[in-house]
Amino acid sequence: MHNSVQLAQKIRLDVVNMTSSGKSSHVASCLSIADILAVLYCDILVKDPSVPSLPERDRFILSKGHAGAAVYAVLAESGYFSPDLLNNHYRNGSNFSGHVSHHRVPGVEVSTGSLGHGLGIACGMALRAKCTAQNHRIFCLLSDGELDEGSNWESFLFAAHFKLSNLVIIIDYNKLQSISSTENTIALEPLLDKFRSFNLHVLETDGHNHESLRLCFDNCLVNTSSPHIIICHTVKGKGVSFMENNVLWHYRNAQGDEYDAAISQLNPTR
Amino acid sequence: MRSTLIHQIEETLSTNSNSYLLTGDLGFGIFDDFPVKYPDQFFNCGVAEQNMTSVACGLAMEGGSVFTYSIGNFSTLRCLEQIRNDVCYHSCDVTVITVGAGFSYGQLGVSHFATEDLAIVSALPNISIFSPCDDFEINQLYSQLRLLKSPKYFRIDKSYCENLPQSSLTLGVPRLISESSSRIALLATGGIVSEAMKVVDLLQPYNLAPSVYSVHTIKPIDESFVESLSSSYDAIFTLEEHNKYGGLGSILSQILLSCSTRPSVFKSFYIPDCYPSIVGDQQYLRKYYGLDALSLSKSLRSILSF
Repeated sequence: MHNSVQLAQKIRLDVVNMTSSGKSSHVASCLSIADILAVLYCDILVKDPSVPSLPERDRFILSKGHAGAAVYAVLAESGYFSPDLLNNHYRNGSNFSGHVSHHRVPGVEVSTGSLGHGLGIACGMALRAKCTAQNHRIFCLLSDGELDEGSNWESFLFAAHFKLSNLVIIIDYNKLQSISSTENTIALEPLLDKFRSFNLHVLETDGHNHESLRLCFDNCLVNTSSPHIIICHTVKGKGVSFMENNVLWHYRNAQGDEYDAAISQLNPTR
Repeated sequence: MRSTLIHQIEETLSTNSNSYLLTGDLGFGIFDDFPVKYPDQFFNCGVAEQNMTSVACGLAMEGGSVFTYSIGNFSTLRCLEQIRNDVCYHSCDVTVITVGAGFSYGQLGVSHFATEDLAIVSALPNISIFSPCDDFEINQLYSQLRLLKSPKYFRIDKSYCENLPQSSLTLGVPRLISESSSRIALLATGGIVSEAMKVVDLLQPYNLAPSVYSVHTIKPIDESFVESLSSSYDAIFTLEEHNKYGGLGSILSQILLSCSTRPSVFKSFYIPDCYPSIVGDQQYLRKYYGLDALSLSKSLRSILSF
């Protein structure tokens, strides 16, 4: 067992290893959410890795499916399956696809990859839990660029209208998308005001501060009348200096000296 | 046919608390008392078919059995990727319903013509597709498809057949509704089966009346049954209110071409690969494209007059 800080470090090391070894993209997107995943899987989610389909479990959906490597890593490091299997990421014949897939990967609730799908599914799960008086929560993690997809705004309307207070939406707001910044692409600001006007319970935090993340998740238990949305201010590529805030690492994977530098920054005691 | 299907769904809602009906803000007059009678099972999702379909997936992944309802292309093409990635890839117990097959909404314009749906939806793995021609088929299909916990698509036509023989129905097997001693078969799907039945009367005097089959299940279709048709009939015709590509004619020709015995005549009647610039009622548009009984009879006589 490790605490959330240790788990976040494990996730970061795993995703750099997976993307470098598999020569896959999106390492910076994974590093951006490592702390959010670590806090969720360490301290927040009701779960039992030995019984992945435990009825009482909280559901976690990664809607930004391109960061699938980070979810595979947190699941492996949390005991859902052996971390050795992570080496299969991106290989021929592997179930560990670049975009997160539930097939034969214990702990993955939903397969995503095309943006703007996860939140609607999360709404359906939250509605079902409410209709059947189940107490578990549904957590859905979206990217900021993903907010360009109109389907999400259908889901925000739906979640608020049906008062899905068991739904916790997390925005990975690293302010960089596929080609440029979110503001240069399709401006999202004022984002907080937008969500407030949609009748969501809005919280805002540093997405790399574990204590603050824990407080936000706990605050989502207090307000019981509306869906919750946590805007997490993050740094794309967080933890590896030359990957931070550089859109190149949405695509590039670390090889040679870059790989060694990334690993030594993430694991300075090695 | 719509009211028959809704009646069946209401029966399910009242007896199975795990069943859900979602509408994309359509069904005025038919769901009026549903919000009160089924407050935890009936939800108007608004004019938001993408979210509706993903919500259906989420409900189904948690043990629900879900219907999504809209008209024309709204419950299919508008949210095609949600059907593909969410419902079909996760193999969910979701039944997509569209009311208004083909030219059912003929006066409303191209946006409301559901004339490519069979091709597009049938290309998705894991989904079954039903296209009934009368209330009997709705009831028979419904009772059988409730056992399928996988994705389903139900295509409901405004037009329908009346007074057809009510023999038994097997999923996937075209239903023989008019038998002839000629070695000619006409297979049709949906409400336009009614035109096929009129063709029988029109060609009787020429001893060219075909046997008529209603292809109520488009996918999966019993391929061995279709193959058996090639030895029973010398001439096989198909009829659909659907685009040339990827519908009934395409599916049957693909199967029949792989048979060792092939019919000497095979001809499909369909909507040509274009969008009409005109509107009109369903009967008008059928005639416009040569899909009405009179036009079909002339075509068949011409083809068979060897």
